Order: sequence, then C-alpha cells, then structure tokens
Amino acid sequence: MDEVSGAGPRQMNSRRDQRVGILFALPWILGFTIFLAYPLLSSLYYSFTNFSILRSPRWIGLSNYKELMSDEVFHLSLKNTLTFAAASVPLATICAILLAMLLNTKSKGMAFYRTIFYIPSLVPMVALGVLWLWIFNGHYGLLNEGLSRIGLPTPPWLTDPAWSKWTLVIISIWGTGNAMVIYLAGLQDVPQSLYEAADIDGARAWGKTRHVTIPMISPVILFNVVMGIIGSLQTFALPYVMFPGGQPARSAYFFSMYLYDTAFQFQRMGYASAMGWVMFGITLGLTLLALKLSAKHVHYEGG
Amino acid sequence: MITPVATRLATLAVLAAGCLALIGSESAANRQAGSKRIVVTYWEKWNGDEMQAMKKVVDGFNASQSKIEVRYLSISGIAEKTLLATSGGNPPDVAGLWSDQVVQFADADALTDLNGYAQKAGLTKDYYIPAYWNEMTYKGKLYAFPTSPGTSAIYVNRALMPPEYQTAETFPKTISEFETYVKKVSKKRSDGSMETAAFLPREGFGGGSWPFLFGGSYTRENRIDVNSEIDLKAWEWVHSFAKRFGVHETQAFRSGFGNYSSPQNPFLSGKLAAFMDGPWFSNYIRLYSPKTDWFVVPFPYPDGQPELKGYTVLNLNTLMIPRGAKHPDEAFEFVRYVQKQEVMEKLCTGQFCNSPLAKVSEKFLSEHPNKAIRIFDQLARSPRAVGPVKVGIWSQISQEVGNAVDVMDLDQLSPKAALDKAQLRLSEEWTKYQEQVLAK
Repeated sequence: MDEVSGAGPRQMNSRRDQRVGILFALPWILGFTIFLAYPLLSSLYYSFTNFSILRSPRWIGLSNYKELMSDEVFHLSLKNTLTFAAASVPLATICAILLAMLLNTKSKGMAFYRTIFYIPSLVPMVALGVLWLWIFNGHYGLLNEGLSRIGLPTPPWLTDPAWSKWTLVIISIWGTGNAMVIYLAGLQDVPQSLYEAADIDGARAWGKTRHVTIPMISPVILFNVVMGIIGSLQTFALPYVMFPGGQPARSAYFFSMYLYDTAFQFQRMGYASAMGWVMFGITLGLTLLALKLSAKHVHYEGG
Repeated sequence: MITPVATRLATLAVLAAGCLALIGSESAANRQAGSKRIVVTYWEKWNGDEMQAMKKVVDGFNASQSKIEVRYLSISGIAEKTLLATSGGNPPDVAGLWSDQVVQFADADALTDLNGYAQKAGLTKDYYIPAYWNEMTYKGKLYAFPTSPGTSAIYVNRALMPPEYQTAETFPKTISEFETYVKKVSKKRSDGSMETAAFLPREGFGGGSWPFLFGGSYTRENRIDVNSEIDLKAWEWVHSFAKRFGVHETQAFRSGFGNYSSPQNPFLSGKLAAFMDGPWFSNYIRLYSPKTDWFVVPFPYPDGQPELKGYTVLNLNTLMIPRGAKHPDEAFEFVRYVQKQEVMEKLCTGQFCNSPLAKVSEKFLSEHPNKAIRIFDQLARSPRAVGPVKVGIWSQISQEVGNAVDVMDLDQLSPKAALDKAQLRLSEEWTKYQEQVLAK
C-alpha cells in the first residue's frame, strides 16, 4: 500500500510533523502578518497617497516625499533627533560599560547592586517623564538644588532651548540598565585565561581593559550601539510628556512627535507614513554605517 | 515525537484563539449586563473628580429606565482612539470629545448629524447659551451636545494685592490700568531674578487667543490670517511681558513652575498674583491651597474700545455620536437625559463648571462650589465670548502661533517676522487641507 501511494511512513510522519509545526507556529505567523507585515506594507502604500483615516486613500505619487524635502519643521525635528542621538548613544554606551565593569567585580552584595541599577529601566516612560519634570524643575528641582550647593550655575532646563535637548540626553543615561545587563553578560564571557596571560605579560588595569576587555566585548558593544541608535531615533514618550509641542521654540520637537502630530492631530496619515519611511531609511543607513565602520574593530570569537 | 493527540490539541488551541478573537466586546458586555438591556458604550476623557461627577449622571440614567445601560469607559487619547475606532467601523456609541474637534471630525465624516434627534427632542438653539450652541454646530449641522463648559476669567490672589487692588470693584478695568497694576505688583529680587509676576499672559487657560481680546481673529474670508495688524498688536502686548521682565529672567522664573494640578502651580505657590483660568480652577485651589484668599474678575478691555468689553475664551466638553455607532438612538436617549436642566446642573456642579444651558436655576448659582460662578456664567453669555476658530486646521494654528510666540519671547525673531513665518506655513497648510480634505 505504501509502495502504491509512493509515500512511506517516514515521509508521512515528516509531513504530519510539518503540519503540526506550522499549526504551532500559526499564532506567531498570524500575529506577524496581521500586526506587522500588513501595517508595514500598508504604510508604504499610504506614503504615496493622500489619506485622512476616514476617507479612501488617493494616489498622489511622490508628492508626500517631495513636500518633506521643503518642510522646515521636518528638517528641524530631524536635526533635533539626530543631535539627541549623537549625544545620547555614546554617553549611554560609556555609562553602561563603566557600570557593567563595576558590577563585574567580585564584591559583596553585587547581586543587590545589579538589581538596583537595572530597576530604573523598568519604570514606564510617562511616569519617568513626570518624575524628571520635578528633578529638573528650576526652583524645586533636586538637580538645581545640588548644583547650587556646590556653587555651579543652575540653568532653566525646561524653558531654555539651549538646555532642553541636553535635559533629555542626561535622562537617557537613566535607562542604561538594559544595555548594562547585556554588557555584564559579555564581560562574564571573557575568558579568564586572557587576563592571566596579560598579567604574566605585566599588563596594568587600563592595558587589560583596552587590549583584552574591549576587543572581547566589541560584538556586544556593536549590538548595543546599533540598538541605541534605533532607540534614540524613535524617542517619543519622554519629550512628549516633558516638552509638549517640543517647546520651547520646538527645540525639543523630535521626529516621532512630528510624525504623531501629523498622523493623529492633523489627520494626514499619508504624509506621516512618508515620514515614517524616511526615518526607516535613515535608521537603516546609520545602522549599515555603524556595521561598516566597526568591521575592523569588532572581534568575534573564532571568527 | 508529535502524536495525533498533539495535532488535535494544536488545532483546538488555534481554533479557540480564533473564536476568542471573534467574540466581540459588545456581546460580552451584554452578557455581563445580565439582562436584555441595550448596552451603550460611552468613552470619556475624564478621571478623578470629573469622572465621579459624570458617573453619577450615568448611574442616574441607568436607574431611570430599564431598556438601556450606559457603560462609562475612561479613555486616554480619546480623540485619536475615537477616530481610529470610527475608521475601523467599531466606534463607541457616545464619545466625550472637546468642541474644538467638531470641525475636524465633521470634515472627516466621522460624526452623526444630530439635527433630526434634536428637533424631535425639542433641544433647539434657544435652549443653550448662544456661544456654546455655536460650538456644537458646523455648516448648518448639529454634531455635538454639551456637557460641562468653561469660560476664562482672572483669578486674583488677594494676599499679593496692594490695597488699591484688593477687591473686584477696584481691580483694573482697562488694559492701560492693567499695565499699571503689572508694574506695581511684579517684584524682582536684588539679583534681578523674578520673585512675583503680576500676570503672565501665556499661563493658564486661554493663552493662545489674545488677538480676540483686541477684536482680531485667526481667519478672514475663508483664509488664515494670523499676522494682521490686530494680531501683531495682540502678540506684541503679550511679548511686552517677556521684554519687561527680561528674556532670561522669565525663562528662569517659568522653569520653577510646577504642574498645573499641584500645589506648585504658579498661582497656588504665590509666584503669579493673577492667573487666567476657567471655573474648574477653584477645585484645584480647594485641593492644593485652600487658604488662598481669591476673587475673580473679567479680563480688562482695550482702552477706548468699550465694545470689546466682556472678552472670554470658551471651552466646551461635548457628547458626540460617531458615524457608524451601533446604537445611535439609544445613545441619543442618554445624551438627551444629560441635557435636562437638573441633570446638567448636577454634572456642572460636580465638575466646578458653569452651565451651557440658557436657563440656570438660582439654586445652581447660589450653591455652586465656585463662589465666582456668576461671573463665569455672565461671561459665557457675553457677545465677546470666543471659541476655537472653525477651521479643520485649528490644531496646526494653535501649534504654529504658539511656536511663533515662543520664538518672539526668546528674542529669536521679531513679533512681525515670527507671525509672518507662521502665516506662510499656515496658508500652505490651509491650501492643502482644502485640496485634500474639503474637496470631496
């Protein structure tokens, strides 16, 4: 019978396994298709249309993209976002590595400190925004209170365009817990034998950090930097809560805020979709650039 | 090894997930109601005291009859969510939006015209204060019914007033008298930093509508006009505060203002001697600074122009029935219940607001928790009561003009240059809106 049908029990089992596998994966496949692939492709289509949510989209070709090129607010929001990313990604990376190195030492109560440093990254962004509004308050704020006690100037963080973006950069350090945990895992993966060999060669702490630790965790650094770039370009909740409308004078008006306003306040979904795709292009370009620039400096074990 | 039992289980799991997704929230809600009542879903923006006041109204409606059950749901970002739900064909039956969304939502075909319902129920123009009725209508159609409204007036902290400004009667009545008041009451420390400002026109409710005080507007003959002579005069007056106190000093002073609804609100903490806001603000005084001795006055009018007396900025919370609502008739039954004078007065008392209805009981005015409610009520009836401009790009206008004033207050551009720039951008936005939304 098997010979007649041409399908042996092994093949039948294999097909059945395949079907079962697909069935088990179906919730994910459905979720991915409905909630990710479909909206993604739709937004690409909408970016070429005039679409105000309740009306059928009307094809207008590249008009939205052409309009973006001359949109002053788009350029300003992009500049704000890139400035923020350029400042926050390196700063957050350095802080996360330093914290991870500190927490990688064999001291008493290290598990407690690791938890404490990780906890901030669990706080919801909106709650965080309200909290930081108090910390940066020019009169009642903890930060200015501290600065004045050590005789430093106390800037109006929230109302001066020269400081608004820096306020957000400082806050970005607060959320380094996630990256720190990944660095910590990377650090614990560095073979002890390399440090022992460096000790024999007479290397000091800085030498070991520079020539052993950093090269060995370079893939982790690259991963975190790429994730940091993507995350910082999408910054939304904090500036939205702390600087409504990007005030003062749109100095804290970020790309994602403009996109949100365009889509949901001004009901220009087509234009907002085009903005989204431009941001996707920029993010992809920066990620590829990071990968290319880092090619010579990232060392993979066994690679 | 994967067995046929596992296959069946996986199939069942997938089917069960699909079934769960198909079971609508509405049928589930109906089941929960445990009766044959029709469930009307009501999305509202409020929480806290305002929600409690509205929930009492909802409970009152549910108890008053046995056919409909209104379900109150507190929603954040209600405008966006209502719009998306309407687009998806599953809107709430009633949405508690703001009146400044009437035009944009109507232009987008997101609302049900309520004219027919209103006529049948006898809810006509003369039942409401004219300025609020105007907020509910657009292009001859009626798109909303009011809940709690507001008007703007000045709250004055008596403790910070010199003897000549201690009462509403002696408080400045004209802009030039107000200028003198600002000079007298504002205080700087020896290092030049601000200690008290008599008034800051951009704080509180209504800080984006100053051209209307001087008789201006944001539109003229179907075009956007934010840089007319009157607009310029109005914003130069606003900018004079930053110039008088100093750009950096004002920035530093404002950076010390706490949240609106907190004891560190600049008026409640004594940084601002006078503060423009709506009737609801008395609730915040009660909550966060009950010892503050305050009184309320209408905003002064421009010198030599008594016809401009009675200026106030309107605000109106509304009930709208989105297009495609499942139970519009039942939804309107609830809306009609809210419009009853005793119900409306109960709601507005609970929310510390004046009433949008033309007829107001003496009990409402005399027992209202805001002791100055008569002033807010009179201002709402003033012909100089102004609401949001009736164009679909009102959010863009607010944002763009706000940014222009920011830029001039920071001395980045002159008032004229800042307004010209805003005008250019808004004209383009308006052209696009006309082409893309209005040209059906």
